[in-house]
Amino acid sequence: MNPFRYARVDSAPAAIAAALYEDRAQFVAGGTNILDLMKIYVEQPSLLVDINRLPISKVERRGDLVHIGALARMSDVAANDAVRQAFPMVAIALEQSASPQLRNMASMGGNLLQRTRCAYFRDPATPCNKRAPGSGCGAIGGENRMEAVLGTSEHCIATHASDVAVPLMALNAVVHVAGPLGDRDVSLSDFYRLPATTPHIETVLAHGELLTGISVPALPYASRSTYLKVRDRAQYEFALASAAVALDLAGGTIRQARVALGGVATIPWRSREAERVLAGALATRATFERAAEAALLGARGYGKNDFKIALAKRTLVRALEMVAT
Amino acid sequence: MARTSVTALALQLSAGAPAKATTPAPRYETATFVLNVNGEDRRLTVEPRVTLLDALRDRLGLTGTKKGCDQGTCGACTVVVNGRRIDSCLTLAVMHEGDRLTTIEGLAKGEQLHPLQAAFIKHDAFQCGYCTPGQIMSCVGMANEGHAINRGTVREQMSGNICRCGCYPHIVDAILEWKGSS
Repeated sequence: MNPFRYARVDSAPAAIAAALYEDRAQFVAGGTNILDLMKIYVEQPSLLVDINRLPISKVERRGDLVHIGALARMSDVAANDAVRQAFPMVAIALEQSASPQLRNMASMGGNLLQRTRCAYFRDPATPCNKRAPGSGCGAIGGENRMEAVLGTSEHCIATHASDVAVPLMALNAVVHVAGPLGDRDVSLSDFYRLPATTPHIETVLAHGELLTGISVPALPYASRSTYLKVRDRAQYEFALASAAVALDLAGGTIRQARVALGGVATIPWRSREAERVLAGALATRATFERAAEAALLGARGYGKNDFKIALAKRTLVRALEMVAT
Repeated sequence: MARTSVTALALQLSAGAPAKATTPAPRYETATFVLNVNGEDRRLTVEPRVTLLDALRDRLGLTGTKKGCDQGTCGACTVVVNGRRIDSCLTLAVMHEGDRLTTIEGLAKGEQLHPLQAAFIKHDAFQCGYCTPGQIMSCVGMANEGHAINRGTVREQMSGNICRCGCYPHIVDAILEWKGSS
């Protein structure tokens, strides 16, 4: 890893001031993603600003939402009663992420901001528009079994790796951002940017802006929800396809639904198309299959990841069946 | 290069320093701080880029903690920090000033093994032994997390520790006996 300077701060204003000090400054919380990437020279910050002592790690119910501090660790959020009661799919997604050690380290803010696991992104010897803008995409036409089928562009097909961002997207969570020009709230649905022609720009955050917390609306019917993750082994692996599903059921009819997909898209992927099919329909396998078709309608495979289109549909159907029964 | 307090820069910045550095970043800046390891305060001067794992092994001589993958995949470097298990390869030593660290060297009391160490020996829960310190520290951390302990949960909760020799059944046996007896 290249040399860098280190500053420890204990307030958001100090963190922001420190980050603005250098254009290659970055924040560090759990460190599990950025230090990994620094070891392989994908990230090369000149200054790391350690934000671990900021008082933003609480998880608590606040009226009709649950507030999750950006420094709350994944394991603490997964074990939190308010989270488990309000939206089981968030706790399940966290429990099925990474390993116990990493879940004890990784912060929620860092989880949302983690970089892709695309093998080309991680290998500076190969082209990657996300790592080196303009260098091309090695995954298109290359080893793309793990890559995305939704939200891709001719410049980038890298999968977003977060599990918990998927149910948070389904719940329309809001992230709180502190920055040099003041604080702002950003809906998660506006937070991530599709790769399009600028895959190196992944979120709407500007340099110096710090994610301080996440507010998750406690949608009443989200207590009936699940997260289904399909992967190459039972534990400690990234998703090939995943689905976060919440259903508002009255008898055998679906009043409303929330649906988001992971492992198959360049950003955590809410499917309003699937939600529209489900709303007002009977909770039957035929309905679920129509919803899955709608969710993957715009999907495009790149050869070795073609199977993900069928797999994502089946994953969504199974998740809907699990919640409906 | 002169030592800089890890908080000095931030204090200087929050006091209204100029928006851009006027001098180039020192290339090999170091930080001096104290790590509390196995109940003992150890003073350390290292560059910020030194991981906790490398500090333990190469600077403090605590080579029981192993470096396997060095990327958070294998769990051989697991240590317990403030009662929680973490991978010491994906964190910086300087980030742990003020924390209570426990490594495999901190488990035995003199010649008397920790019961989990004894259970690993009794159940032949290793072959080459390279992953064993990480397995044991991970298990010590797991015991603080309040999971129900049975064969299924142990396999799931120990999934962050890889054993290339494939000793998993014996490792689970050792853990189950330890939890049964404690």
